[in-house]
Amino acid sequence: MTFDVARVRADFPILSREINGHPLVYLDSANTSQKPRQVLDAMRVHNERHNGNVSRSVHTLGTEATSAYEEARAKIAAFINAGTPDEIVFTKNSTEALNLIAHSAGQMLALKPGDEIVISEMEHHSNIVPWQLLCERTGATLRWFGITDDGRLDESGIADLINERTRLVSVVHMSNTLGTINDVSGIIARAHDVGALVALDCSQSVPHLPVDVRGLGADFIAFTGHKMLGPTGIGVLWGRFDLLAKMPPFLGGGSMIETVTMGGTTYAAPPARFEAGTPPIAEAIGLGAAVDYLTGLGMAEIHQHEQDITAYALKTLIDVPGVRIFGPTTPEGRGGTVSFAVDGVHPHDVGQILDALGVEVRVGHHCAKPTCARFGVPAMTRASFYLYTTTDEIDALAQGLDQVKKVFG
Amino acid sequence: MMLDSLYQEIILDHYKHPHGRGLRDPYDGEAHHVNPTCGDEITVRVAADFSDISYDGLGCSISQASASVLHELLVGRTSAEIAGIHEAFVELMQGRGQGEPDEDVLGDAVAFAGVARFPARVKCALLPWMAFKDAAARAGVDVGASPEVKA
Repeated sequence: MTFDVARVRADFPILSREINGHPLVYLDSANTSQKPRQVLDAMRVHNERHNGNVSRSVHTLGTEATSAYEEARAKIAAFINAGTPDEIVFTKNSTEALNLIAHSAGQMLALKPGDEIVISEMEHHSNIVPWQLLCERTGATLRWFGITDDGRLDESGIADLINERTRLVSVVHMSNTLGTINDVSGIIARAHDVGALVALDCSQSVPHLPVDVRGLGADFIAFTGHKMLGPTGIGVLWGRFDLLAKMPPFLGGGSMIETVTMGGTTYAAPPARFEAGTPPIAEAIGLGAAVDYLTGLGMAEIHQHEQDITAYALKTLIDVPGVRIFGPTTPEGRGGTVSFAVDGVHPHDVGQILDALGVEVRVGHHCAKPTCARFGVPAMTRASFYLYTTTDEIDALAQGLDQVKKVFG
Repeated sequence: MMLDSLYQEIILDHYKHPHGRGLRDPYDGEAHHVNPTCGDEITVRVAADFSDISYDGLGCSISQASASVLHELLVGRTSAEIAGIHEAFVELMQGRGQGEPDEDVLGDAVAFAGVARFPARVKCALLPWMAFKDAAARAGVDVGASPEVKA
């Protein structure tokens, strides 16, 4: 069966909008994706018919809300092939999930001077700053993989970088700027050989390709709802249950306790231990609906569609004179996020002119300043694709770039 | 196209052919400002008598052209004149495109009136002006109270 992009697009009300008198060409899904009617409806129906607080009420609404919330957890567990829904911790976003790992796993590991944490130069700031903070608190040393000229992780020094002092490795699965999909198998194997834990930032991979946490072999992954057709305000930490069970809490408060006395508190088992306070209930249910939508289409089919679009986009952009692509220039080992420079024109100006033509791209440092610095630029223009992206939209981007060159020529 | 009000010929001219660009000695005060959301950067150097204002930076056409216009407008002026021009420019940028700029005071900077209609770009235009103000303060010259940057 071929992927029917027109049918997919019909599910997304926003895609029929006009921007500045032009049909919307939305090429910013790596930033945040659009939401199909099915997700919007699920959230509306929950709020209109089933709203109650979760995990504490005996009344009907509370019970309905709790089942819907826990059903969403189970759907997400199945979506990434987790061993049990108890391995799914709802967070606010990927950033919170990564901070949770840095805080709670960091404390479990009792880090001290001499210990090492390994990240990479390819990370989003959310997978850099929490580790810098952890190292400041504990005296551990932060080390990192570099990036090769063609935008891949430079694993040439892995034997030295990941060593007996390494306690935790946290790297990105798919780069939010370069689009690179990292083959993390070698890194995970090496880390486990030396007894280190591995976390993966899957914010850009889980929305776009089949991810099987048991096959992947990492100890933790983080991802976020709003980049995979769900709402903002809901993210996910997946962790191996035996590790989560050993980790101390992150935030303290309601719902995360076993019992509280004035003298002290014992904590609930995961995932509740890590979900202090009333969670974003409608958002979790919305994410469950997003996962249903993605599963219905098939992640392999979605990934294939994006590979086709990416191949077309790379070919198209390479043919535009003055355009330089950062990262892999063929679709192998990369996803549908393409960052580039237009010779002599600052990305903000590129983005502004494209916006006047209805083409929405991201410009700036993409919260990955070290990656930009690695390629010697302060900012990049980024076009990113999803299941609803068409080749016509890539053509509109290329025409927009011609206009950019006209204004600044 | 609405873009014409943003990318006026004067702005594009200053961007492509910047006036007074490059850091020079001697100077009495220097400031480096960064726009953290977009990564644009500028360094401004000021001689206490305003006989020279030099700058260098990385950024979009709006921020770079704005620095060039600043150089052209402010070099050789008195601190009282500079305070007046600075205030008029900040006011223009915060006017959401409603203000009527005075060309006698603002010269080429009137071309930035259109930028005020693009809230995301107001900070680009103001970046060199805020760095200038800091550099002047470090040179020991007060160029007047500047209102809060709201955009």
